[in-house]
Amino acid sequence: MSSATGSAGAGRGSHREPSKIPYYVVLTALALFALGPLVILLFNALKTNAEIGQNPLGPPLSPVFENFSNAWTQGDFATTMVNSAILTVGTVVGVCVIAGTAAYALDRLDLPGTDAVLLYLFVASAVPFQLFLVPLFFLWSALNLTNTLFGLVVIYWAIFSPFATLLLRSYLVALPRDFEEAARIDGASELQTLLRVVLPLSWPGFLTVALVSGLAAWNEFFFAITFIQDDSLKPVTTSFLAFQSDFSTDWGLTSAAGFIIILPIIVLFLFLQRRFISGLTAGGLKG
Amino acid sequence: MEANHTAAVPKRAPGSLRRRRRMLAWVFMLPLLVVNVLVILGPSVATIYYSFTDWSGLGPAEFVGLENYREILSDGDFYLAMWHNILWTLIFLTVPISMGLLGAFLLSQINRFQIFFRIVYFIPYVVASVVNAALWQNILDPDRGIGSTLASIGIPFLDGVSFFGSERLALPAVAFVNNWAWWGFVVLLFLTALQSVDAQLYDAAKVDGAGRWQQFINVTIPGIRPTLVFVVLLTIINSLLVFDYVYIITRGGPAGASEVVGTLMYKEAFERFEAGYAAAMGLGLSFVSGLIVLVFIFLRRRGWEI
Repeated sequence: MSSATGSAGAGRGSHREPSKIPYYVVLTALALFALGPLVILLFNALKTNAEIGQNPLGPPLSPVFENFSNAWTQGDFATTMVNSAILTVGTVVGVCVIAGTAAYALDRLDLPGTDAVLLYLFVASAVPFQLFLVPLFFLWSALNLTNTLFGLVVIYWAIFSPFATLLLRSYLVALPRDFEEAARIDGASELQTLLRVVLPLSWPGFLTVALVSGLAAWNEFFFAITFIQDDSLKPVTTSFLAFQSDFSTDWGLTSAAGFIIILPIIVLFLFLQRRFISGLTAGGLKG
Repeated sequence: MEANHTAAVPKRAPGSLRRRRRMLAWVFMLPLLVVNVLVILGPSVATIYYSFTDWSGLGPAEFVGLENYREILSDGDFYLAMWHNILWTLIFLTVPISMGLLGAFLLSQINRFQIFFRIVYFIPYVVASVVNAALWQNILDPDRGIGSTLASIGIPFLDGVSFFGSERLALPAVAFVNNWAWWGFVVLLFLTALQSVDAQLYDAAKVDGAGRWQQFINVTIPGIRPTLVFVVLLTIINSLLVFDYVYIITRGGPAGASEVVGTLMYKEAFERFEAGYAAAMGLGLSFVSGLIVLVFIFLRRRGWEI
């Protein structure tokens, strides 16, 4: 085994650098494992069912695009996309407001019992859904909130906002207070200070929270399948599950439907990957 | 800014200003507290009560004491599901953590294309679980999937194998799909930790004549130990509570072969209408996962280097 290795971290090598080719071979194999199945999904979305029978995993020999339009109409994406958009936007806006005001109260206002609230937020962001699912379902039934998008959004607010508050608070702690003091001396109210001074300075934190909670809401499966049974209110995820079992043999159609669901997320991720990754790994590390 | 309000502030006594700010703090905190009490705290407390009752979910709950817990402890389905959770935990403590360490270590050694690989590894993690499940159901299909494709080029041993339909393979197959969506996230967690390991420690190890493997064991692993411990903890908790991929792909089947406590509890609550029994199961599961977290915190407080 060679004793000369690139330094970890920046990875800038020492003088006698051993070949990095074996590294790239393994890394490429891992990349194929990660991306290959998604490429096969796209391939199958571009094939007729007859071609899938002949060639289930390879690239399409004569690509067709009808699967996308058929999946769009038969999967009723015109309805489910709107439902998912409402859930996602409602979650993002609500979580930003709820977590933004809470983080401001925790770090900038003299909230009595800040430590107790912080402890609660840590616990709440890690509480398993098994602990509250059953009574929550029957409470929501009693309040007529099952089978409503609003009822589902409120659940997302509650489960995403503890983590979002902790994340925003960590941004606020690092933010200098001079501008706020100036605004307060000028007589601005706390709400004005928050909206006109703190918000413009802490927008990266809000963007991260918006991306993480928006992604979670768009992809969310468990609460969506439990609380929404009405087909006309289903988001794309649970609607796709039903669509897949209805058309289980038509891989072209179901692959196209799957691709429609993941395309907006992949495009957004590619544009904002740095912020996505830092936000999601921060979530993982906070635990 | 807002100069017309200036006169109001200095005249107010500092005490009343503080009181006003405290009040305001609670007003700003209120939305979070309301939704949290309604969705998480209230129902969590209710779970404790309902776990001592016989309750269908509709109508009144009948208090039965510890009956649900006694029943769980003599429920063969529960033990089988718990065993599957343990197997799941063992799979996720080994496969994704090894892949994560390998990927992160290799990434830390290169400059070119590092961002490209990071993005690629992370993509499965941001894709919806229902779509991940569907694409692997196609790829692992017994008739038209990878088995028959390999058979057509002369490698027949996977031909006709029904990964999700066989009692022996269903659980590892579902775990495989879940791992595919998960390991890239572990790579990124380890990579962040690796990048903060002091490069001088590697240089010192090299001076001492340590090879790559010794550097990995003596420098890398101790350097990222907090992250490693955290990932182990996260893995154990996630494995105890696993639900999505099992429910989407096999619903616990065939014949309970991939049933985990999460899916079993769900069925008790919403298919068998044993809401009280399900509440007891959920509370037990949460209790165990909370206990594991507390043990970690306790050991860390006692000065264990984990």
